[in-house]
Amino acid sequence: MSYLKPLFRHPKLPKNKLGYTLKEYEGSLSTLCAGCGHDSISAAIVQACFELSIEPHKVAKISGIGCSSKTPTYFLGNSHGFNSVHGRMPSVATGANMANKDMVYFGVSGDGDSASIGMGQLVHVIRRNLNMVYIVMNNGCYGLTKGQDSATADQGSKSKAGSINPFQAIDLASLAIELGASFVAQSFSGDKLQLVPLIKAALHHKGFAFLNVISPCVTFNNNPGSTKSYDYVREHIEATSSLDFVPEMPEIKTKYDEGKSTRVAMHDGTLIQLNKLANDWDPEDRISAVNALQKARSKNEILTGLLYVNTEWNDLHGTLNTHQTPLNKLKEEDLCPGDEALKEINDGFR
Amino acid sequence: MKPTNTKDPEYYHKVVDCQYACPAHTPVPEYIRLIAAEKYTEAYMVNWESNVFPGVLGRTCDRPCEPACRRVRVEEEPVAICRLKRVAADNKGDVKNYMPQGPFQPNGKKVALIGGGPASLTVARDLAPLGYEVHLFDEQPAGGGMMRSQIPSFRLPEEVLNEEVNYILDLGIHTQFLTYVNSLKDVLEGGYDAVFVGTGAPKGRDLPKLPGRKEGDKFIHIGIEWLANVAFDHIKSISKKVIVLGGGNTAMDCCRTSRRLGGKDVKVVVRSPFDEMKASPWEKEDALHEDIQIIDNHVPLSFEVEDGKLIGMKFQKVRPVYDENGKRQLLPTDEPEVFIEADEVLIAIGQENSFPWIERNIGLDFDQWGMPVVNEKTFQSTLPKVFFGGDAAFGPKNVITAVAQGHQAAVSIHLFCEGKDLLDRPSPYTNLISQKMGIHEWSYDSAVIIDQRYIVPQAKKSVTLKDRKKEVELGFDVPTAYKETQRCLNCDVQTVFTADRCIECDACMDVCPTSCITFTANAEEPELRQNLLVPAENLSQDLLVSKELKTGRVMVKDEDVCLHCGLCAERCPTSAWDMQKYFYSVTKAYQMPSPLPAIQK
Repeated sequence: MSYLKPLFRHPKLPKNKLGYTLKEYEGSLSTLCAGCGHDSISAAIVQACFELSIEPHKVAKISGIGCSSKTPTYFLGNSHGFNSVHGRMPSVATGANMANKDMVYFGVSGDGDSASIGMGQLVHVIRRNLNMVYIVMNNGCYGLTKGQDSATADQGSKSKAGSINPFQAIDLASLAIELGASFVAQSFSGDKLQLVPLIKAALHHKGFAFLNVISPCVTFNNNPGSTKSYDYVREHIEATSSLDFVPEMPEIKTKYDEGKSTRVAMHDGTLIQLNKLANDWDPEDRISAVNALQKARSKNEILTGLLYVNTEWNDLHGTLNTHQTPLNKLKEEDLCPGDEALKEINDGFR
Repeated sequence: MKPTNTKDPEYYHKVVDCQYACPAHTPVPEYIRLIAAEKYTEAYMVNWESNVFPGVLGRTCDRPCEPACRRVRVEEEPVAICRLKRVAADNKGDVKNYMPQGPFQPNGKKVALIGGGPASLTVARDLAPLGYEVHLFDEQPAGGGMMRSQIPSFRLPEEVLNEEVNYILDLGIHTQFLTYVNSLKDVLEGGYDAVFVGTGAPKGRDLPKLPGRKEGDKFIHIGIEWLANVAFDHIKSISKKVIVLGGGNTAMDCCRTSRRLGGKDVKVVVRSPFDEMKASPWEKEDALHEDIQIIDNHVPLSFEVEDGKLIGMKFQKVRPVYDENGKRQLLPTDEPEVFIEADEVLIAIGQENSFPWIERNIGLDFDQWGMPVVNEKTFQSTLPKVFFGGDAAFGPKNVITAVAQGHQAAVSIHLFCEGKDLLDRPSPYTNLISQKMGIHEWSYDSAVIIDQRYIVPQAKKSVTLKDRKKEVELGFDVPTAYKETQRCLNCDVQTVFTADRCIECDACMDVCPTSCITFTANAEEPELRQNLLVPAENLSQDLLVSKELKTGRVMVKDEDVCLHCGLCAERCPTSAWDMQKYFYSVTKAYQMPSPLPAIQK
């Protein structure tokens, strides 16, 4: 078995604006099962960060426990990482983000980490609109403990051992919209053409960007009857839109059909170009997004693409009106007002 | 594109760049692995089966395999394939037991081989075990041809050559040395079922029209003739100041031999720029190392003779000019003529074929350049009984080409003697077998080592320049050889793709270190090449294209910089990728039995 990836790369590998190739964004060789969807998502993250020329040392990867939470080792090897307690990634991410808002925060989690043990943390980080990208690698089972149904397993889905899941699934995307996430998308690990631009858009979104990515577990949940298998997802996938992320504002060169093309301007002036495939859906309208999700579910379809985006809501720093300089860069003299000022404050309470 | 036909024996063969580039198609990675496993005897036999002279070639081969080595495309320096071959020869055990054992059951057929060089010896080796009565004629006192007369002993010790020539002669070859054949007609009347001509290119080019050539004749020698005279101890010394004309490997051998016979001030003067000289780069390096000056861009004008004694040569300086097709012209510069002192001159500006002993009225056609008309595939001349090979067939090349042609000529002679169609040739022997040993375990060392090429140690100049028979290169020692073997990328372990098993999880595409694998919509080749993760711009390397997959896409693998690291197969959940070793052995008249599998048609 190979434990190390060969160091040679294609001599003509393209370089980004920083002069880096994909190699500078890769991590160590994955130890997940061969064919795991999570590895594809890792590759999509590598691709997105490479394409956006993000400086690797300005990224923090934070995860909990689980197969998905192991993946930060397998991408962005030159970035910061924190493998936290099961389900507690949002707290660590909140703390880190509060201390240094200049970093890019990748929260990586799974369906167990987010929809079971960490559910309490997830809902609050959504509510606070923390500026981060939160990716759920959703395989509908507990792969690390031999494939028991997870809270996102669909009702009626058949496990590898043959049992049918009797419980309702938690629909993470609907939940995120409901709780006020300002960027909600759904995708599939096997569709990088969609996933990479989605991650790029999420990285440019200022606020909580939630990506629920269906990621088949090849070992325990890729059997006939499972609703999270490669075959099932490919058959039932329905995209809201095809999406281009436009880092700068070029002229519109392609003419889209009237009413089918929407552009969403992000905080930093970048654009998302959406070529809508679904009718009566508006990515900036929460109700239509929820409706679209419910309709798809009733038809046993998996709706993917950007579902909802709101660029007006404040992120947590905006809401708390924190200082422009990141907390960790404030010096003692900035933070400590001195004896005089303290006395004045104390006197105010007397 | 249509799905790649990997059943074509040439598809995977082409992926093994070194083997494909080798005229004899020696299974290079196979013997390199055997060397790594310290199985030198087996490694030697893999070579011997294919190229007949592993010890000779491990020292003197032109190494067409090395520039082709995949390592050049991902790193810089190729694996030291040639010198590893020598390691097998140096460290082998008893190999004779693995060779065909005579006496062989006679098949009643008799063949004559004219010339005792590598081509003829190869024919002899391939035909003798089939029961042919083989008669070999050569004017020299021993077999080996130009390997003996032209390659100096400091590059190729006589013992090595004798050993490998004798392996063949011991198969029961009837040798007639010191016999110059002066009439093909006479040979044909000798009752042979077939005649093979492997007389090489024995005539060194001269500069007969250059002023002073006649007057200075005593001091001017033809390079290959002079080398032969040195080899057979007819010449034992040379003057102090020597000019060698020419820029090929013979010129390098001449100047280095001169240094050993008393030449102190030895200069090579060549018309072309240094970088475009025909000599192999390592031969030039070795010459420079022995304090030989190489003066490029100088065209000879005259031999200068005073009082019946050569005093030097005059040259015109030139500069290369290239037209839009890259064709070179050497234009004189304005600089004055250059005089270079010399006591003796060796002319090593090329060699030619010469067939004064073949009668032109026996039905054997010659072309306008005086070369015999020979079929490129069968090596048969217009006189059906007569076959050509080696330098005699298509002009001067090298030992490994002569061996490759010898094998093919032997196949033709065998088919001819059996009354079969010469163009209906048996297929090469091929074998493709999985290297999977368990989960994520391969039978070959799949790790890719980033070490740079190791240097072959040489004996001290102070020692080698004193004795022309002292070999300069010492060869790799065993630990260094092992390290060098690890640089081989095992290109013969193929990435075999089974489309029906693929679930399109992208794992192989994500993990491939050199971005060779892409799943994409099918298109015509030029477009498809551009649509890959990294465009496939090396057109000499093929694309492996699968049939259409479930999502309507195809798997496309650019063979160009694949490291054969096996990660695609390790990360494949369904074994759609497998690492399978491809063995390819060129068609031969006599295919060696064990340790190598026999040819079947």
